[in-house]
Amino acid sequence: MKEKDISTDLSKDTQNESETDQGRRKFLKTTAAVATGAAAMTGGFPMIWAQNIKNVTLRQFGTGVSNINAIPEQVKKDLGFNLEMTALDTDTTAQRVVTQPKSFDIADIEYFTVKKVWGAGNLQPFDVSRLKNYDKIVGIFKNGKLTPSSNIAQGTAPHTVGFAESPTSKAFATEETNWYTLVPTIYNADTLGIRPDLIKRPIGSWSELLNSEFKGKASILNISSIGIMDAAMVCEAMGAVQYGDKGNMTKEEIDKTMAIFTEAKKDGQFRAFWKTFDESVNLMASGEVVIQSMWSPAITKVRSMGMPCIYQPLKEGYRSWGGGLGLSRNLSGLELDAAYEYINWYLSGWVGGLLMRQGYYSAAPETSKLFMSDDEWGYWFEGKPAQSDIIDPFGSKLESAGAVRDGGSFYERMGSVACWNSVMDENRYMVRKWNEFIAS
Amino acid sequence: MTRYLQITPLLLVLILFFIGPIIVIGVVSFWDYNAFSLIPDFVLTNYEELFSSGVTYTIYLKTLKFTLVTWLVTFLVGFTVAYFLAFHVQSLTWQMALFLICTIPFLTSNIIRMIAWIPVLGRHGLVNETLLGMGLIDKPLEWLLYSDFAVVLAFVHLYTLFMVVPIFNTMMRIDKSIIEAAYDAGANGWQTLIYVVLPLCKSGIAIGSIFVITLVMGDFVTIQTMSGGQSASVGVAMNNKRALLQYPAAAADAVVLLITVLIIVAVLMRFVNIRKEL
Repeated sequence: MKEKDISTDLSKDTQNESETDQGRRKFLKTTAAVATGAAAMTGGFPMIWAQNIKNVTLRQFGTGVSNINAIPEQVKKDLGFNLEMTALDTDTTAQRVVTQPKSFDIADIEYFTVKKVWGAGNLQPFDVSRLKNYDKIVGIFKNGKLTPSSNIAQGTAPHTVGFAESPTSKAFATEETNWYTLVPTIYNADTLGIRPDLIKRPIGSWSELLNSEFKGKASILNISSIGIMDAAMVCEAMGAVQYGDKGNMTKEEIDKTMAIFTEAKKDGQFRAFWKTFDESVNLMASGEVVIQSMWSPAITKVRSMGMPCIYQPLKEGYRSWGGGLGLSRNLSGLELDAAYEYINWYLSGWVGGLLMRQGYYSAAPETSKLFMSDDEWGYWFEGKPAQSDIIDPFGSKLESAGAVRDGGSFYERMGSVACWNSVMDENRYMVRKWNEFIAS
Repeated sequence: MTRYLQITPLLLVLILFFIGPIIVIGVVSFWDYNAFSLIPDFVLTNYEELFSSGVTYTIYLKTLKFTLVTWLVTFLVGFTVAYFLAFHVQSLTWQMALFLICTIPFLTSNIIRMIAWIPVLGRHGLVNETLLGMGLIDKPLEWLLYSDFAVVLAFVHLYTLFMVVPIFNTMMRIDKSIIEAAYDAGANGWQTLIYVVLPLCKSGIAIGSIFVITLVMGDFVTIQTMSGGQSASVGVAMNNKRALLQYPAAAADAVVLLITVLIIVAVLMRFVNIRKEL
């Protein structure tokens, strides 16, 4: 049934190809204009092109993490055109890309989403030669290696779905090409959050989530595609299940994982399951839960409420995720130029600083350094003790002087990724089993 | 002719916003789907998957359990409140004033009323802290929050008024001389209640029950929030499928739930002729 559908998608897309070709020619013609336009921006001369682009409105949607109102405001200030943002959940973003390609210009989506939707052909790849800061982008989004000696983690690692073979290709390239499926922007390494004041002993392994010591005080997130990965990290750490690839489990591996979690649920291990950011914060801040899967900014939120909370580095490593910006196939002409301008601006540092000061990482971290104080850079990126209070971009105090980021520096954290968020071949089966676990 | 013209607007509204959507749901429940699109078709897989999954029966049983317990409690509380308002409070002004007080909680959204229980029932919540302080318990009661108890409590809080209103309404229309006649014929208070008042309130009870049963059967927010996502109901399962874009599967769920609820309502109607009583 799935195959049948892909084939209809493909036939739809061959029709689009001629349009794309035209679009490409048009964009070659306008490349010169962009160059002069960019020069005008930096030089401050009001050129005709710059006047024109002010009427452009780009429509972007994406998940909540990077949909921050400060971004469109700064775009207006720095680039002069309008950016409209819509925040959606992960599943809806994927659906939008496939079913309503005309409803957006830029899709802010995750790499595992692009794996699902690229074949539909509604996104056009980004010409890497026009990406000014490509040399500053970290290796994770190029050849997959953070440093030349790094291992590549399991799951849907961004570089495996990051490049297209050609501007019209529906397939992912196996190596770096000139065509980015998504321009990488944001990523992070996730782990378990704990309440050290209520646990009162060091935690060092994912297996602690199912430790009976925390009976009735544990939680896991109820978003099947991410929850299953956390569950797999736990089962593997317990030594209960051996996985070929946690990012692409077999039916048998899914069954074993869910059996262990169902049993734990029946034994009353879990206090609750959470679906939204705020739920996870409330569970932790109220002390209902002392150990659970969590997202980095949720930890800082709990801390800013005055509760001690640690984003605990674990010996098995992190579960990581990454996102980027994709261009709609329908973009052409001035709008496409504006989109290129916008994405180049996105990686030029201001947004990176905004994201890094919340605990995420920018795809081109060096550029963000200019928009962060040395102390902020030291704390967030280098894992050094804060010299003074650490304030988030919205003005709340996160840490006092002397604090060190959980997990340490960028290289320590991103260097110990065990698995990337992913889409499995057995996705539908997994979702069904996950729902049975929740209902059990 | 004018008669038909006069009902046309209502008819159009009902067709457009009530009958139409139900037909659409019915049709979509036979469609096929993949990860991102609906495929118009006529397949029975949605129903087959629904009926062949053990989870379906578990969650229907669970939903029916929640419904039954909630119905029983809301009926007992609702009937008592209505009885007090209708028979114990003598002045009409006071009756109306107290009745309005009953509706005050409904001035806020039901989500807020539900969430308000969390700080009350939590491990470090009001109830536990109080009981600990009084020395009645030595460790916090875990079952207060994120449990079936919490779910039923929230349901009762949210839906009791739907019982009170129709029962109060029918009680107010009971001719007081009938009660007097019962006393004159030698019935005591209890007998009057069971043999006179209760049968005369049948229609109000039936209407209240329909409200409570349909609301609980279709609920997913209350169950999700109050059980901390640990209990599933038909509504929760349906909402999960909707979120995963499995609209046809969710539609099949909806059709089966609709039929189930209609059967329950039909059974209730066997006991009471609501139209006659209105």
